[in-house]
Amino acid sequence: MQASPSGSPLPGTSRRSLLRGLGGAAVLGAGIPLLSACGGSGASSDPKTVTLGSNQSDAVPKKAYGEIYTAFTKQSGITVDVNTKDHNTFQEQINSYLQGTPDDVFNWFAGYRMQFFAQKGLASPIDDVWEKIGGNFPVAMQKLSKGADGKYYFVPLTTSLWAVFYRRSVFKQYGYEVPTTWDQFIALCKQMRKDKLVPIAFGDKDAWPAMGTFDQINFRLNGYDFHVELMAGKASWTDSKVKAVFDHWSEILPYHQEGFMGRTWQDAAQTLVSKKAGMYVFGSFVAQQFTAKADLDDLDFFAFPELSPEFGQDTVEAPTDGFMLSKAPKNKAGATQLLEYLGTPAAEGIYVKSDSSLVASSNKADTSSYTPLQKKAFEMISGAKNLTQFMDRDSRPDFTSTVMQPALQNFLRNPKNVDSILSSIERQKKTIFASA
Amino acid sequence: MSTETKNPETRKAAPLASPSGAAPRKVPQGHRRLLTRRDRITLGLMAGVPTILHVALVWLTALASIALAFTTWDGIGFDSIKWVGVDNFRELLTNNPQFWPAVQHNVIWFVVLILLPTPFGLFLAVQLDKKIRFSRVYQTAFFLPVVMSMAVIGFVWQLIYNPDTGLINSLIGANEPGHYIDWIGDPDLNLWAVLVAASWRHAGYMMILYLAGLKGVDPSLREASSLDGANEWQTFKNVIFPTLRPTNTIVLVVTIIEALRAFDLVFVFNKGAQGTELLSILVTNNIIGESSRIGYGSAIAVVLLLISLVVIIPYLVSTFRKERRA
Repeated sequence: MQASPSGSPLPGTSRRSLLRGLGGAAVLGAGIPLLSACGGSGASSDPKTVTLGSNQSDAVPKKAYGEIYTAFTKQSGITVDVNTKDHNTFQEQINSYLQGTPDDVFNWFAGYRMQFFAQKGLASPIDDVWEKIGGNFPVAMQKLSKGADGKYYFVPLTTSLWAVFYRRSVFKQYGYEVPTTWDQFIALCKQMRKDKLVPIAFGDKDAWPAMGTFDQINFRLNGYDFHVELMAGKASWTDSKVKAVFDHWSEILPYHQEGFMGRTWQDAAQTLVSKKAGMYVFGSFVAQQFTAKADLDDLDFFAFPELSPEFGQDTVEAPTDGFMLSKAPKNKAGATQLLEYLGTPAAEGIYVKSDSSLVASSNKADTSSYTPLQKKAFEMISGAKNLTQFMDRDSRPDFTSTVMQPALQNFLRNPKNVDSILSSIERQKKTIFASA
Repeated sequence: MSTETKNPETRKAAPLASPSGAAPRKVPQGHRRLLTRRDRITLGLMAGVPTILHVALVWLTALASIALAFTTWDGIGFDSIKWVGVDNFRELLTNNPQFWPAVQHNVIWFVVLILLPTPFGLFLAVQLDKKIRFSRVYQTAFFLPVVMSMAVIGFVWQLIYNPDTGLINSLIGANEPGHYIDWIGDPDLNLWAVLVAASWRHAGYMMILYLAGLKGVDPSLREASSLDGANEWQTFKNVIFPTLRPTNTIVLVVTIIEALRAFDLVFVFNKGAQGTELLSILVTNNIIGESSRIGYGSAIAVVLLLISLVVIIPYLVSTFRKERRA
């Protein structure tokens, strides 16, 4: 090798590499505007198109929602440009999604989770829509659709319900009766164990199903008001009332399906489908796992048994899904029109015809196409004195996901440690609720 | 060779040779002539663009994350950032039931990787280095898991460990009531179950690293030791292994990095449920998602950064010291 007098490498090679570098820099420079273009050009301001962000990625609901949008387009001439994301991913990205360039209308949940984004100014109030659709909904639904400021932010579409699901043929075969009290419930669990059935199917790999069981025991034992206070961070988790919930849970825990920590809710549902399990405390969307019509017709449910005569079975956990309007919709007029349509009994009727695991939020929706299961769910919801959403919809999501999910899993593993678990929850709760 | 040794002398000599200030001015002029305007712009871009990217994507984000660790922020609007001092760290160290298990699991992860799959990878490399038949087939088979993404590995093993329909429980009949083995959920089992999957991949990785190291061992060393009457084990222990020193350093660093960045496999496997908590998963759970406890999550990330520094700084110091000596 020959060194140049100045000590720097040969000019020939250096120029070539410089040119190469220039090319690289040009590519990079060209790449940056391209990247930034990705974010902005997603939604068009075409008055004949409304964009909609959907979290309904499962096959059954996706198809059902699609049919509603088709019907809307037929009626109004406005195309709905649906941007579907995986259900969990949508939830995980919701913060950045709503702060970026969200679609005009997006799928979301009623309850605290809706109010949170309304309060943060990431959703637009839709009182004008509610002037038209208000009459279609019962008072409980109207309450669920309002933000903390009293304005409407949400159009409910479908409601599921949590209860104890079972198969009629199994109950008939063994001569079981639907339990209405705690003692009957425990006796039934014992009998099922004797009959070599798994008394209560259970899977908590996803960490949220356990919250459903907690909610049921909590509002049966302590009532709706205590549920609200506890979820809002006002009541203490070290209260003896909470301890009593876990004591009752410990009583039925031995009758839960073993190995639940590694099982998804879908797999747990399969044990009910295959008649290996007697009961399943779950949401009505469990029906989506019953793919054969004969199995689905055999599915039935009863309200979680009474624990306190004061509260009876007056509360129903009925998580409601629906739509919100983003903070700065590109096509506000079109989006308003779409929301008005989504709030009609007609739109709800289309949905519940395609997905028999949910019922319409409106009490005016056409119920003639309801399956017996939907009819029963509809009656239970209409007859309820109080409606709750779900632990992670009624409380702060940061609290439920980072504190309650691991804490409940810990309890399920070590029911005897309940005292230390509860004081740990209370300490963490104080920090989280203080930060707002 | 001679020009190279002479070169620094001439360079140093040049400014000394000129007594007046005219000559030093001449030297930069020479540079200016060599580098045209365009060259300088290009050079500026070449050095500038990567520097800007590096500073923006590595340093600024790291510093921002450290700053955020002392705040509380829900990620919505900059005006909601509130300074809270060391509250996040106090909360983390005293109140978070998942923090200490997570630190412990990261350490276990490292210890297991360095004690089991690493020696096994070395063993495989030594065997494959012997030019046995179908060596390429074995190499490919052992290296295949490394090519797969961790998420895919997590998914595959999760199917194997599934309590109801998984391969293992079905084979040993552990999916009946009363005999359940919950590989994924049981905190006494799941870390080990997931470490089997991690080791499966890590062994292949280590095998390739060692195989490359072994290819670089001078064959005459083997010859000499066999002439001296050393048996295979003695040759390996006293001759081959000491020459693999540079490879061992790389292996150590790679394993430490793997232990600290362990995330995807566990996240797919069981989302870091009880028994498999890891620092990286705690960071993700707090920052990403609806929860958005960005300040708190950043505090965990800072702890992870500190642990990484404790491991990396001694390594860098010793490497630089060696370089300076050489």
